[in-house]
Amino acid sequence: MTAVIEARRLSKRVGRATLLDDVGLTVAAGEMVAIIGPNGAGKSTLLRLLSGDLRPSAGEVRLKQRDIGSFTPRELAARRAMLSQHVNVTFPFTVEEIVLMGAGERSLRDAGPFVDAALDEVGLSQFRERQLPTLSGGEQQRAHFARVLVQLACGEAEHGPGLLLLDEPTSSLDLRHQIDLVEAARRRAAAGTAVIAILHDLNLAIRFANRLVVLAGGRLAADGPRTNVVTREIIRDIFEIDALVHQADGVPYVLPQSMRAIETGI
Amino acid sequence: MSVAVEIEARSPRRSPGRRSASFAIPLLLVVLLITIIVALTVGAAGIPLSRLPAALGLAGEITAMTVRDQLVLWSIRIPRIAAAAMVGGLLAAAGAIMQGLFRNPLADPALVGVSSGGALAAASAIVFTDSRFGEALRFLQTELLPLAAFAGSLATTAILYGISSRSGRTSIAIFLLAGVAITAIANAGIGLLVFIADDRQLRDITFWMLGSMSGATWTKVAVLAPVLVAGLASCAFIARGLDLLVLGEADAFHGGIDVERLKRISIVMVSAMTGVAVSISGVIGFVGIVVPHLLRLVIGPAHRLLLPASVLLGAVLMVGADTLARTIVAPAEMPIGILTAAVGAPIFLFILLRQRGRAAL
Repeated sequence: MTAVIEARRLSKRVGRATLLDDVGLTVAAGEMVAIIGPNGAGKSTLLRLLSGDLRPSAGEVRLKQRDIGSFTPRELAARRAMLSQHVNVTFPFTVEEIVLMGAGERSLRDAGPFVDAALDEVGLSQFRERQLPTLSGGEQQRAHFARVLVQLACGEAEHGPGLLLLDEPTSSLDLRHQIDLVEAARRRAAAGTAVIAILHDLNLAIRFANRLVVLAGGRLAADGPRTNVVTREIIRDIFEIDALVHQADGVPYVLPQSMRAIETGI
Repeated sequence: MSVAVEIEARSPRRSPGRRSASFAIPLLLVVLLITIIVALTVGAAGIPLSRLPAALGLAGEITAMTVRDQLVLWSIRIPRIAAAAMVGGLLAAAGAIMQGLFRNPLADPALVGVSSGGALAAASAIVFTDSRFGEALRFLQTELLPLAAFAGSLATTAILYGISSRSGRTSIAIFLLAGVAITAIANAGIGLLVFIADDRQLRDITFWMLGSMSGATWTKVAVLAPVLVAGLASCAFIARGLDLLVLGEADAFHGGIDVERLKRISIVMVSAMTGVAVSISGVIGFVGIVVPHLLRLVIGPAHRLLLPASVLLGAVLMVGADTLARTIVAPAEMPIGILTAAVGAPIFLFILLRQRGRAAL
């Protein structure tokens, strides 16, 4: 399997704070990876470094065997798409206009099939003409996901399997749409896209990806198949909660026992 | 089934005006033409519609009256109307770009001190070219003023942007507050210049502060025209970027936009457009807020259409306002800045109240 994205010895320092310290991550075409970890672990920083939005203080990121800093923003957009956590649109763009923004310079006529498919996939076909700011938070999130899917599809049509980055994509979605989104991402991976998502819901992360990357304090705490990573010990060390780990259909699931932080040393 | 019914029930809030978007430009062109024809006919020396073709040299026989009409039209009224149209177009487009850049419908070059910075530079040029170089170089003012106003606007915009941006993120609140402070500083500077100016310089400075088209000449039209053409041409390059910028800088970058370059180009354009407009007409507020806002309600916020439509509607409003300014208190003239503020400020308040209702601020 060829690596779509390859991060070597990544560090990011801002002032005196070290946000990310010596992290390595390689994701191949068709792989689905979930990044988990507590608040402030460096998850978003890692994703922004992988997207080319931030420059690392040390180390390098290679996208499709090429230094990510050597791409122009437009070249980058044709090879990786990213869904941010919060996007607040102030002007009254319609859902269709927002989704079409993913298609680059293509007009609605050229990108029509991509736009139709993406709107259908997120269940917003009926809302095309609606102004985005009038939709609920979850619906807006789905519209932005459709935009990112259009960008990915347009890029992959020209350059082959790309990279899809999702920063807490399910944060404002109801249960059904969380699963819909995860399924949509899974279909992309099945078609060859490398997918990396930050997820807070451990059980969703386990369902979503068979490979989990755990960050804690800016360092890589674990990286491997979900059955290896999801253990009572790792969850206690990383998230500071006691949890039961069971299996259903051969897939682990986590049942938090106590939300109270376990005091260190006891 | 129930899902489909629910979706049907929720969908009537469509954007009703978008269908008319494709007619916006032709419609605005027709309205502009009508406004210009009206503006051509009224004034201190009235030229009825029946005499207009002859006066424009299009048809009819030449009489003594025609000669008078032609003199009025070609040496006074046409350059003035052309200047008003271009100033209005530049101010409205500059407002639209600024609002896109700051993702805020209330951003306006006049409101945040860019115009004041331009006026300060223009006032400095009036006072210092006059006293430093004496009468011999006074003719330079025509050429120097637009340049000075441009430089003043550019410097003000750059300072504002520098203050309100930190590690690539721009704070709208800081930007607007810094704009208030910059306006105060610029006004202090203008006050100082007023203090040291002689009577003639004082008259010239007062002219900048209230705004007027009465000084419009063919030379000034010749200065405005290239800026307007360059501005319109650049609109095509920044339209998509400004659209994506509504998602925020990071997401615009993810969508393939070179955000830093977009910001630089936009800032230079806003400064050039505002600076040159201010140097010709003085400080004229609210055109830059009201015009793009009204258009967004009707044709939507996509900049590919919004920017050229703003130029046209801005031109319509400014030609209309200038025609009023030179007729309502004839033979005297009302400063145009008073008119645009009297009409624009209430509309601005209306927008503000609507926004408060939506909690978008």
